[in-house]
Formats: sequence, C-alpha cells, structure tokens
Amino acid sequence: MRWIEERRCLAMVFILAPVLAGAQTTPPPPPPPAPPPAQPSVLKTSPRFGVVIDAAHGGTDSGARLSDHLLEKDLVLTLSVRLRSTLGAHGIYVVTTRESDGAVPALNRAEAANHVGAAACITLHATTSGTGVHLFTSSLTQIPLTRFLPWETAQGAYAEQSLRLSSEFDSALTHAEIPVTLGRTALQPLDSFTCPAVAVELSPLNISGKVTALSDPEYQDRIVAALAAAVEQWQRDWRQQP
Amino acid sequence: MISRGQRILFWALLVSSVVMAVVLLRMRERAMDRLLASAESMPLNPSAGRPAQNVTMMIANDMDGSLQPATQNLALPVDGNARAHVILQHLILDYARPNSKHPIAANKGVNGIFFMTLPLDPNQVIPGTEAIVDLSASFVAAHPSGIEPETLTLLSILGTLHANFPQISQVRFLVDGQQRDTLAGHADLTRVYLATDSPGVKHL
Repeated sequence: MRWIEERRCLAMVFILAPVLAGAQTTPPPPPPPAPPPAQPSVLKTSPRFGVVIDAAHGGTDSGARLSDHLLEKDLVLTLSVRLRSTLGAHGIYVVTTRESDGAVPALNRAEAANHVGAAACITLHATTSGTGVHLFTSSLTQIPLTRFLPWETAQGAYAEQSLRLSSEFDSALTHAEIPVTLGRTALQPLDSFTCPAVAVELSPLNISGKVTALSDPEYQDRIVAALAAAVEQWQRDWRQQP
Repeated sequence: MISRGQRILFWALLVSSVVMAVVLLRMRERAMDRLLASAESMPLNPSAGRPAQNVTMMIANDMDGSLQPATQNLALPVDGNARAHVILQHLILDYARPNSKHPIAANKGVNGIFFMTLPLDPNQVIPGTEAIVDLSASFVAAHPSGIEPETLTLLSILGTLHANFPQISQVRFLVDGQQRDTLAGHADLTRVYLATDSPGVKHL
C-alpha cells in the first residue's frame, strides 16, 4: 500500500510539474545579464587523438589460409591486440572493431570507426603473396569534406590524408628494414571510413630467397613496433596541424 | 501366278527396308547432335586463317606489386567480344604457368566479355564502351586470397583491356553471370572500375 501511496505522490508531482513550470515561465523572464566581451581564445581544446584498429575477417569468414595451422583472421586478431596494447602503453586511445573470433559486417566496422572520429584507422590483413608489408589506401579520388558524405565512398574526403598516413607507415617500416609495397585498392570497409585510413597487409618476408613466415614472433614484433612508431609520429604531426 | 512363299518374301523385304530406313535416319540425327556438341565444346580457336597480330598484356608481379607490359603475337577473331575473350584467356593462362610471378592455379578463366556502348543513361557523363567481364567460378575459387594479389589481377585485366581496346572506358566484373562482393575475400567486385584505374607500368 505504501508503494501505491508513493506512486500517487509521484503521479501528482508529474502532473503538477508542468503546471508549476508553466507558472514560473508565465511572467516574462528578466533580461539575461550582458555577456562579457569576447576574449581571444588562447587555449584551444584539441580533440582526443584516437586510433581505430580493424582486424579483418572473423567468424566463418576466415580470410586467407596462411599455413596449415594459421588463418588470416586469427593472425590479424593477434596483431590487433598486440598493437592496441603497445599503443595503449604509450597513452594513445585505441578502439578495435573486434576482440574475438566473431563475424563483424563491414557496415558495423565502418560505423564503429566513424563514431570515434579517429585520427587514424588501420585495417589489418595478411596474405601469402608477395613479400614484407603491403600498404593500401583507397582508390577513391579526393572529394571535398562536407557534412554529409555518401557512405560507400566517404573515404574520398580523406584520400590525401590517408596517403600521408600511408607515407608515415612506409617510412617506419622501411626504417625497420621491412620491404614495403604501396598501392591503392577498392576495399570495404576502408572506402567507408571517415578518417585517414590505411589497409596494412602482412606477407611473409622474402629476402634473397630466405623466407620468414608470418608466424615468426620476431617478425611480428618488428611489424608491430614499426606500426606503433608510425602512429606515434602521426600523433606528433597531428598535434602540429592547424 | 505368284506363289505364297514369294509374297511372304516380298513383304518381309519391304518391312526390313522400312526398318532400316528408320534406323539410318535416327543414326544420322544422332551423328549430327554429336557433331554440334563437339563444335560447341571446342576451345576458342580463332586462329584458323587469321593473321597473327601483336597484343599487349599487362603482367602482374606479386613481389614488387608492379604491372609490366608484355607483347604476344596472337591470331585473333574479328568480333571484338571474342577478341577480348581470347586475349584475357591467354593472360590468365600465363598466370597458370609454373614460373608465373603472379600465380593462379589452372582454371576455366573468363566465361565471356561483353561490350556495351555508353552512355546507357542520358545523365551518364562517361562516354565510351563498358566491358562486362564474366569470370568463371573456377577462376575465383583458384585465386589466392589477399588485397595485393586480388588487386593486381583486376588491374592486370583492366590494363590489358585498356591497352588493346582504348574505347573501353569502364569495366564491371561478374562471376558466372552474377554480381559478387569480392574476388577472393578482399578486392571489391561490386563497383565499376574505370579503365584508366590501371597504373600501367608504375607500381600499384
């Protein structure tokens, strides 16, 4: 019964609240005090530097079969977690599109990435073809950045920034003595990302016939370290942007 | 007076003649069916009586992500669609060779290529010809998975078509007549590719 009484009281409050509020607003409000004269903004609040790491494939979509015991979806998830940890240790805010072996549609990946408003988006892939690391940016041509962008070609507004980000990765990987191939491609969800975005595709290291497999932990360490160094450099460049 | 035995012999011969005629007609029909079937299943061989001509192929290399032009001397049919089909079949055949720098296992290759004159839509701004490349499911199944190998294959096809058919302005890809999301899990097959997307001899 007490509960009912409380409900009655609450109902009365809800009924009377708009009336009381209306009563308060009925007389014309006093004019607000004049705002102080505008001061030049000295301290500019910069948005948070965030990075999105997208481990490709997952669930029934296993991607490429890299060896008898290694699938692309598993390797990129491992590297995604390691890269997230490395960047997190340097105080960089990281969002990942998947943390387990589950299927995540391209639409959801792009939604997650675009929601963050990230300064860099990295989508991780792996293949058995070629050597070293392949860096791909979207093949879309640059379009003006507007409030509304077509979903499937939104990356076009970031084409030039993505090329600069790719160049940052190229420098870091080359410094780590990992061969790099640069390219442009049509790839989902890369084409829908509204952030500077690069697809990083790992392949076995083949130098003068000596092949280092993707499963090699030392090779993975070098790649993760180089990618983290590139992101840190990108962060420094990003802070200097007007 | 004709004897009864002669009459029986006459009718027996007549019946057997009719039966033999029916059997021969049926055998002839079967022979014709076999001939037509074998003609349809024969590999595309347009070289009979046609002079060979130089064809430019844009050959992909996985190790450095490049496309390099290579010239081949091929006898080609007169029809544009058939000519493009033969050129792409030779390109894919090259990738199935043991020493290929962009290996793709042996497969059926391309089902066919169809040219359409643009613009189909009056509001469309790109003039020229659109080529629809119908890849076979066996080609897609045999293709290595990865952004680089898939992108190189598409650019190799685009570059080869553009080199030999400059009127082609854009290319669409189908797989066994149906639209498909990706070639082998990566490169987008739903979009329309511009023939000039291929970077030629430059890196990707």
